[in-house]
Amino acid sequence: MDSRRLFSGSFSLKNIHPSVLITAVFLVAYPSFATDFFIFQIGAYSLILGTIALSLMMLAGYGGMVSLAQLTVAGLAAYLMAILGDNSMGVMGLGWPWWLTVIVSVLGAALFSTFIGAVSVRTEGIYTIMITLAVAVAFFYFVRQNYVLFNGFTGFAGVEPPTLFGVYWRDPVPFYYLSLVVAVGFFAAVSYCARSTFGLGLQAIRDNPRRMRALGYNVTLHRIVAYFFSGIVAGVGGVLLVWFNGRVSPGTVGVDVAIDILVIAVVGGMRHPIGPFLGAIAFVLLENFAIDLIDRERFNMVIGAAFLLVVLFSPDGLLGLWNRVRDRLRFRGNAQLSAERVNKDDPASSGSLEKS
Amino acid sequence: MRNFIERHTFWAIVLLLVVVLFLWMIFAVWPDWLVEAFGRKKTFVNTLLNGVTLGGLYFLVASGFTLIFGLMRNVNLAHGSMYLLGAYIGYEVADRTGNWFLGLAVAFLAVAISGVLLQVLIFRRMANDDLRQTLVTIGISIIAADAMLAIWTGTTYQFSPPDWLFGAADLPIISVIKSSGAAVYIKYPVFRLVVLAIAVAVGIGLWIFLNRTRIGMMIRAGVNDREMLAATGVNVQLVFVLVFAIGAGLAGFAGVIGGTALSVAPGEDIRYLLASLVVVIVGGLGSITGAAVGALIIGLAEQFGLAYFPTYGVVLTFLIMVVVLAVRPQGLMGGRG
Amino acid sequence: MGKLKHVLAATLALSLAGPAIAAADDIKMGALATLEGAFTVLGEDGMRGVKLALQEFDYTAGGKKIELVTGSSDASPDSAVRAVRKLVEQDGVQIVIGPLSGSEGLAVKDYAKTQPNVTFLNGSSAAQDTTLRSPAENFFRFSTEGAQWMAGLGEYAYNEKGYRKVAVLAEDYSFPYTQVFGFLEPFCRLGGKSPIDARFWVPIGNKDYSSVIAALPDDVDAIFVALGGADAVNFLTQYEQSGGDLPLIGGSITVDQSVLGSKGKARSFVVGTPSAGPVSDTWDDPRWKEFVAAYKKAFPDGFPSPSLFAHAYYINSKAALLALNEVNGDLSDGEKKFREALSNLSFETPTGMVSVDERRNAIADIFLTEVIEGPDGNLMNKTIKVIPQVNQTLGVSYDKFLEYGQVGRENPSCS
Repeated sequence: MDSRRLFSGSFSLKNIHPSVLITAVFLVAYPSFATDFFIFQIGAYSLILGTIALSLMMLAGYGGMVSLAQLTVAGLAAYLMAILGDNSMGVMGLGWPWWLTVIVSVLGAALFSTFIGAVSVRTEGIYTIMITLAVAVAFFYFVRQNYVLFNGFTGFAGVEPPTLFGVYWRDPVPFYYLSLVVAVGFFAAVSYCARSTFGLGLQAIRDNPRRMRALGYNVTLHRIVAYFFSGIVAGVGGVLLVWFNGRVSPGTVGVDVAIDILVIAVVGGMRHPIGPFLGAIAFVLLENFAIDLIDRERFNMVIGAAFLLVVLFSPDGLLGLWNRVRDRLRFRGNAQLSAERVNKDDPASSGSLEKS
Repeated sequence: MRNFIERHTFWAIVLLLVVVLFLWMIFAVWPDWLVEAFGRKKTFVNTLLNGVTLGGLYFLVASGFTLIFGLMRNVNLAHGSMYLLGAYIGYEVADRTGNWFLGLAVAFLAVAISGVLLQVLIFRRMANDDLRQTLVTIGISIIAADAMLAIWTGTTYQFSPPDWLFGAADLPIISVIKSSGAAVYIKYPVFRLVVLAIAVAVGIGLWIFLNRTRIGMMIRAGVNDREMLAATGVNVQLVFVLVFAIGAGLAGFAGVIGGTALSVAPGEDIRYLLASLVVVIVGGLGSITGAAVGALIIGLAEQFGLAYFPTYGVVLTFLIMVVVLAVRPQGLMGGRG
Repeated sequence: MGKLKHVLAATLALSLAGPAIAAADDIKMGALATLEGAFTVLGEDGMRGVKLALQEFDYTAGGKKIELVTGSSDASPDSAVRAVRKLVEQDGVQIVIGPLSGSEGLAVKDYAKTQPNVTFLNGSSAAQDTTLRSPAENFFRFSTEGAQWMAGLGEYAYNEKGYRKVAVLAEDYSFPYTQVFGFLEPFCRLGGKSPIDARFWVPIGNKDYSSVIAALPDDVDAIFVALGGADAVNFLTQYEQSGGDLPLIGGSITVDQSVLGSKGKARSFVVGTPSAGPVSDTWDDPRWKEFVAAYKKAFPDGFPSPSLFAHAYYINSKAALLALNEVNGDLSDGEKKFREALSNLSFETPTGMVSVDERRNAIADIFLTEVIEGPDGNLMNKTIKVIPQVNQTLGVSYDKFLEYGQVGRENPSCS
């Protein structure tokens, strides 16, 4: 494969919809009117979860590979931050400079993701979900049990971002902007990547691997490379996650949290990179304020039911639901047009997730 | 078998030697140097038996999982929830009637019915859509886990099996010979041996069912080619429902067996789901023999890991899975790649 | 994209709401417990403790009304911090009671350091380092911790039971480490032995103990078992099934009421097992009996007797309310007066007098119990002895205690 052509996608400013501008202004201005709690725990945390879910959306939406190990990849990056950098537990904490720690952590996560990909893509598609679930559970049990490297059940605390340019980056406003820059950067990268040769190839492989193999594509390699890129996205998400929490422990990479990431991506919608962020906002709002509205005890029931309803009735998540509602309003009775409309809206996805 | 020996003479000899060595280690009184190297014989033999019996339990859970997948390509990630549901239902029945066997039967039936409902109400509507089916099973397992927590709370439940199933038996295996010359025999819980016997019986039963009955032949034909089976005039949907009922029922059945051997508590659903996943990934998805082989390997790995290097037990299980995937992606006994 | 606008509009509306400001005279108190996941039942009982204390004071302290806001975690430290951050930064509580478990406690202590104007009181978390090493100025613990709970048990096993060499079987994380340390430290000082290779650390949540049981040595006098909940039930059943006959010594949650009373086989072989902890169900003392009666009256659907979680949450909440009374509800100046009052507080609880040391950890009575068969055939814990006023450093000086080192698999070495 010619590496120069790999990313030669097309991207033009003309396509930008006015609502994108409004959203951009809103996101930038958000800290000027929101409280610290809303900036940090709602804003920044949604962006972080959205970024990790984006790495899943990339694999699942474009590649048809539903990986339940994306949080595990992010979690490894978080652990590496604590192990290579500083922590307050007196275990490991090699004290590397922050930039080196970040680079090595993200690369480590990306390599781990590549490894997961290499193990799982050789088998049939449906194996992926099983293997990645097994990896996620095994990683959780391992870090909980390993004291030499991962400090077992207790995990690490006191992991903080550096103070740079005179700014303490864990203060709500700087941390929000940091998360925003990362999230928007990856959002743009994934949108761009989807239109590139590589992204189109990945989608074609999702829809018909046999034909792509016949056309001379190295299907396995293509998929593994996708895992590598998604590992970088998840890894950076993990670095932000450990800075956000200030700590990392087995609970951070638990199976229930891994499934939450899947819920976020599916509920948000897997056909467009904005989906995971929508899902994340909905999830974080629910997580924080459900206790004020309903009995918190049955929180998981609400999450599970929302997920099930979306999978059963609106396979494209909130995004698909919105598209459908809007089309019905605008083009009532004109099925033909509405179908076109959906396609025009999502140039990135020519086929649906379920076709894999 | 003869074929295997002719084709892989070397491996056949190695296998034979390993079996002989194990038998010797089980029945001989250990010399001092062996005790030095492996610890006491009691530990070794017990761990071996534990591994085999745990493998039996894993086989009971995983056989249903693999059966359903083999025919319907449905990766049922709610299989662990069915295990737990069976355990709770079985407990309720056994507790109220005082009859453990009745609990076992009702658990099988109730969970089989829940499986039928799932197949008829949900999965039939999204046939040929593997991924969406799998996502649905994840949703169901989240809801089921929370619903069961609401009903049965976080309390630990234990069954009261009939007394003759409970307690320890002396095995005809000598542990050590005391200085007085008296032999000390190894004690082993009766119920764990019962688990193994049940697993073997279920395994043989499934084999006979699949290979010697008309319906079994239909199922095997369906595994090979669904469309062709439908074309011959068989009501495929009915076969699907039947297989789902058996697969789910086995999970519920295993719930009572596992709950009696160990206990019933929230979180067991994930544990047994993981065990099933690893077992079928190692053994080969869709193959009953594969489930048996995989269950034996994983059961032994887990118990030896726990007894000899507790911290890294999980890694051992995981390593086995990765090695198998690297060497034989379709699993040890898996036919299709 | 249109959908986004609506979601954002909703967020905007919520953001502007900001922390709800309480009526000027009210005091907002936040309580954090595990109200979801497998520990829900325990968290609910903790909340009962908080409510019991508030009812006793008629939801008023220092002349001001107390408004209770609840927060929920799933027992992971991350979720505990998120929940407590919501209580403090969004709901605007001035006092926090919680959390439930040890690793959550450590996380909340770290968070407390970033909120110097809010006072935190422990729930039932019992990790040593929450108050022992680098404590937070504004984190108080009026309940005792894992090593304190073992007070007197090592001496009892050595002197009264005559055990000289014990094996250890415990879950592999910090709480059992702390309990093993609290038991072995006095036991070994008296001359008892517990070789490193006779200590078995099993993964938490392990259900199948048969291989571990087979590996337990024969040449010991007893086994110290520090397992909790389902793990303890599993071990006891399997130990009986495999014909085990060594006497046991229990950790604080190994032979408690939840294990003895679990559904299933009666475990008569645990009769005679000694144990120690912060509460004793059968303590024959009017203060305790009164507490149990009040609990039963307020919560007919609660446990038959308050758990140690309800007890710990109750004591911490009561301490907060008593201190508020003392300062007449004055929480000004970074709650300075309130904290002084807490530091100097010494009060009567259902389990005896409680006060805090200079690192704000409780000094309280500990109960030594032994499992007996009750009149109706039920197993229960009988109070053998009350160990008065146990402090966190187990009677030695702070510096000397730190020399013992961090709790872990091999501390104390004792061979």
